[in-house]
Amino acid sequence: MVESGLIESVLVANRGEIARRVLRTARRLGIRSVAVYSEADADLPFVREADEAVLVGPAPPAQSYLDQAAIIGAAQRTGVRAIHPGYGFLSEHPEFAARTEAAGLIWVGPPPVAIELMGDKINARNLMAEAGVPVAAGTVEPVTSADQAVAAAAAIGYPVMVKAAAGGGGIGMSAAAGDAELRAAFETARSRAERFFGSPAILLERYLSPARHVEVQILGLASGRVLALGERDCSVQRRHQKVAEETPSPGISPALRGQMLAAAVRAGEVVGYRGAGTVEFLVDVRTGGFVFLEMNTRLQVEHPITEQVTGIDLVEQQLRIAGRGEVSFAGEAVEQQGHAVELRVYAEDPSRFLPSPGTISEWAEPAGPGIRVDAGYCVGNQVTMFYDPLLAKLCVHGATRDAALARARAAVADFRIAGVRTNLPFHADLLDSTEFSSGAYDTSVVGRLRP
Amino acid sequence: MAEIRAEMVANVWKVVTAEGEQVSDGDTLVILESMKMEIPVLAEDPGTVTKLAVAEGDVVQEGDLIAIIE
Repeated sequence: MVESGLIESVLVANRGEIARRVLRTARRLGIRSVAVYSEADADLPFVREADEAVLVGPAPPAQSYLDQAAIIGAAQRTGVRAIHPGYGFLSEHPEFAARTEAAGLIWVGPPPVAIELMGDKINARNLMAEAGVPVAAGTVEPVTSADQAVAAAAAIGYPVMVKAAAGGGGIGMSAAAGDAELRAAFETARSRAERFFGSPAILLERYLSPARHVEVQILGLASGRVLALGERDCSVQRRHQKVAEETPSPGISPALRGQMLAAAVRAGEVVGYRGAGTVEFLVDVRTGGFVFLEMNTRLQVEHPITEQVTGIDLVEQQLRIAGRGEVSFAGEAVEQQGHAVELRVYAEDPSRFLPSPGTISEWAEPAGPGIRVDAGYCVGNQVTMFYDPLLAKLCVHGATRDAALARARAAVADFRIAGVRTNLPFHADLLDSTEFSSGAYDTSVVGRLRP
Repeated sequence: MAEIRAEMVANVWKVVTAEGEQVSDGDTLVILESMKMEIPVLAEDPGTVTKLAVAEGDVVQEGDLIAIIE
């Protein structure tokens, strides 16, 4: 029986580990759940763990997980009250959020206007600058030609980072240290931007290096109040994509943490944020200053480590807030206990990080105190070329950072996956490296471990 | 003669070269896409592309021939 005031049913418009993770909380709260899946995913655990599952189309995402009409249709046919989008796919499409609401369904996410304001990175930067949140020197309007980019870089100063304004996931992003490099980076970014994000708008920003990537988890309450639930350090990246995260960040002082949490709350307030969101910052290792990078207006991949140190189920809070209810904890009483690290287990070779699709012939997860595995696959499943390579998130909690890392080393050694190559050997190397274990690492650490 | 083969199942996103073209060591021949990642396939030796076995939109399996360089 569902607690009164809570949404009684939800459709999860996603796949793999995150669909399964949302379904787990729905089940615990007694909320009826519906999964949607593509033809390629029929055998995945999330499909059978939902109360009901609806096939929405063939394997290519455009014909299934991105098919807005098919997903809203599935929600209507199964009579659910709400749609939870997970991350990726339709989670940051203001149009889909608005269509969901127009269909009389509850959108488990922020107001569509907040998604839109933060979705365009140029707009988001300008908005943050106006609100007094620090941003790096950069362009305030879309850059439309290589010549314009060169002129802008002269004003900003090299090195610069070139990005798609509508982008995400590191796609099309590259740094340039001079005019020739910038022209090439601009062309790459523009073609990727058009192809992946349907918008050619490009922005340039001063590139900070060495830097740490630190983000703040926020929660916008139904009352309008915005809470910050601590930070996560996401500096371990390959191709500008995160590989491992930890909380608290070993690289920021209590004073800096306080400033970043306050800036994240401000960012949420400026856009009228509701539900779970993440404000990303870069910290300049040399000066100790920080700048706004972007805001992700949905549940973040690495949210479990925040859950491990706070004891708060973020998906539960999303569902409560979406139903206009109260959160399950007292905002003043949130305290971080211990330390947590997440290792993203990807289907990729552990040296060059190239994708490795295949059929999983062996799957044995580590278990024990402080260990949480959010997995999307099990033995016998096919890992196809259609979706991202994330197989599972190995999240490890300990009383101290050293204790968490020691547990993580043992857990990595115990995680057995065969049939596809995985980056588990990379994680073993990362945990054994003096750079990572000292805590004094930055966003270039992967490049140093895999030159 | 060098046979260039696919390292994994992937979609052929872009064909950058053409049969008869001269290529240098490190030139991009085609760009594959798998698991939301673009994977450039490079020439390992200089030579002439005598056969191009794929077209844009094709799906290649691990081990499939992509090009022959002589």
